[in-house]
Amino acid sequence: MTAFANLATTREIIVCCGTGGVGKTTTAAVLAIEAARRGRRAVVVTIDPAKRLADALGLDALSDEPKLIDQQTWNIFDRDPARSGLAQGTLSALMLDTKSTFDKLVHEHAPDEPAADRILDNRFYRNISGALGGTQEYMAMEKLHELHTSGEFDLIVIDTPPSRHALDFLDAPERLMRLLDNRMFRLLMMPTKTYLKLAGAALQALLRTVSRVVGREVVDDAIAFFQAFEGMEQGFRDRAAKVQELIDDPATAFVLVTTPRRDAVDEATYFAQRLESNGLQVAGLIVNRIHPEFGSESPESLRALAHGNAAILNLADFREIAIRERETLETLTARIPSDAVGYVPLLDEDVHNIATLATVATHLF
Amino acid sequence: MELRQFCSQSRVVIVAGKGGVGKTTVTAALALAATRAGLSALICEVEGKSGLAAAFGSDALEYDELHLDDRLTARTLAPDDAMVDYLESHGMKRFSHRLAKSGALDVVATAVPGMKDILVLGKIKSLEQLPAADLIVVDAPAAGHAITFLLAAQGLLDAIRVGPIRKQATEVVEMLTDATRCQVMLVTLPEETPVNELIETAFAVEDRAGVALGPVVVNGCMAPLRDQPDSITSLMAAGFSLTTSTQAIEAVAFRSSRHAMQEIQIARLAEQLPLPQIHLPQLLTAAIGRAELNKLADAMAHQIELLQ
Repeated sequence: MTAFANLATTREIIVCCGTGGVGKTTTAAVLAIEAARRGRRAVVVTIDPAKRLADALGLDALSDEPKLIDQQTWNIFDRDPARSGLAQGTLSALMLDTKSTFDKLVHEHAPDEPAADRILDNRFYRNISGALGGTQEYMAMEKLHELHTSGEFDLIVIDTPPSRHALDFLDAPERLMRLLDNRMFRLLMMPTKTYLKLAGAALQALLRTVSRVVGREVVDDAIAFFQAFEGMEQGFRDRAAKVQELIDDPATAFVLVTTPRRDAVDEATYFAQRLESNGLQVAGLIVNRIHPEFGSESPESLRALAHGNAAILNLADFREIAIRERETLETLTARIPSDAVGYVPLLDEDVHNIATLATVATHLF
Repeated sequence: MELRQFCSQSRVVIVAGKGGVGKTTVTAALALAATRAGLSALICEVEGKSGLAAAFGSDALEYDELHLDDRLTARTLAPDDAMVDYLESHGMKRFSHRLAKSGALDVVATAVPGMKDILVLGKIKSLEQLPAADLIVVDAPAAGHAITFLLAAQGLLDAIRVGPIRKQATEVVEMLTDATRCQVMLVTLPEETPVNELIETAFAVEDRAGVALGPVVVNGCMAPLRDQPDSITSLMAAGFSLTTSTQAIEAVAFRSSRHAMQEIQIARLAEQLPLPQIHLPQLLTAAIGRAELNKLADAMAHQIELLQ
């Protein structure tokens, strides 16, 4: 069994990280499909707003709830006869909807319906749920927790947003708590008279300033939100701790996805360092879009021989790419030691349908 | 079209596209091309993480302008810096650092949707008014975010009724919707998914944000070989070894198939999005440095001159 097949059959959560355009979404789908083919109940979660996974799986739209994908659609990974006819499991997919996940969380922790509604109707809340940096990542982890505790899935594969912020989910629980813990707003949550006494002139001046810039309404909304939020805080805090446990769980694997380009490799290295500083390990490394080798001659000697022949000069160019890519990959594997390393060549067609996902799979399993 | 004329159409060009399409290199190529036409150019990095500085062999970019080349400067426009800058220039210097330090800034930015975007766009507007350079090229946030970014000002006008931020948003909308002041240059790769996403983004930018679109940049185009050899035998007849000839023919075939695949996507893009296209070559290197940026700037300048 290959290292990736091992990950797909033994882990409970796989988080795919990487910068944009490296094939993260397709990698996530391929891992989930392989797990399903090996008898597991797998679900793939994407938080990529570009709906690429939906395209790849032939779905018109993914919903916020796991949607079972017809086995006929995904079980065509049969190019290798030894691997055909394995499918016993199920495959589901969902697209994260940050706001509805957050709404659900509020309902769960609010003491009663009116309290929940007060928060859901608050303009400040509506902005938090859509715009606060890290909220999307936090809700991704929340969804992960929800799917994990539902017991409906053996493996959850999650695709992260295509940016450096992708790793914000590592800090997301803490970050949200920090916002809710904000000292200034904790003071605001106190009954008016006490707050006035405690807050003092400095805070009031600050608030006046903020009101002057953004308008009094905005400040009032924020105060109303923090007041409504009081009492729910402990629930949120407990949940954040559980989410953190899930991230740290040995059954959770982080797979870095990259291409052999230097910028992508630099990003992958940065991701690996971030994981490491959080005490987490890279369980797998997948390099997509590798150019063919085209032999072993040096570009320089080919160019010297070419005498202007376009085909030979072209060969020299491709040899040059292959050599550069190999150097970059050596740097990568030296920087990020991993038991599982997968190399996927640049394919003849774009990976946007199940047939091409199957081709990717042949290079990993 | 003449290069100088093209680069003077609007003072601000916002370069947008999904991650991995080479937005940052296109930003740099356009700015470099402008300097070749004798104009000064300023590159603004909104996300601040790019390898732009490294490609120029320079230190990491900062909020203060950094000199990269003749007539070429670059800076970041990180929202937090822009916020402090805004407060300081609006007579709130006393509060700016305290707001930033207490985390209250996060709360305020959260309370107001698009607040951070508006501060960044507001800063771009003030750079435009100065003007900080003949051409200001903005490396926008990645695709999905680019639309939110451009729509931020309009959203804010709905949310905030009074005050200096509303004024700021009004002025930003004026700039964004005036084609003589600001245009968006979308970047894509000649591949299925990036082309689909570019088309979606294009309609959103034009219809919803009301921002004028300049030509579309198709990055990473593989040019066909001009002089195609017939076969392994003809290469061998020309004195190359069997191995070399075989590999050379394989490489030619690989190149042709990539090219053919790209042509289909380029044609589809032209059919679905009636905008002029600028094609930049795929660079056969694993890294982008100064030499590569120069090549891209040459290609950009050449393609601009071919435009109607």
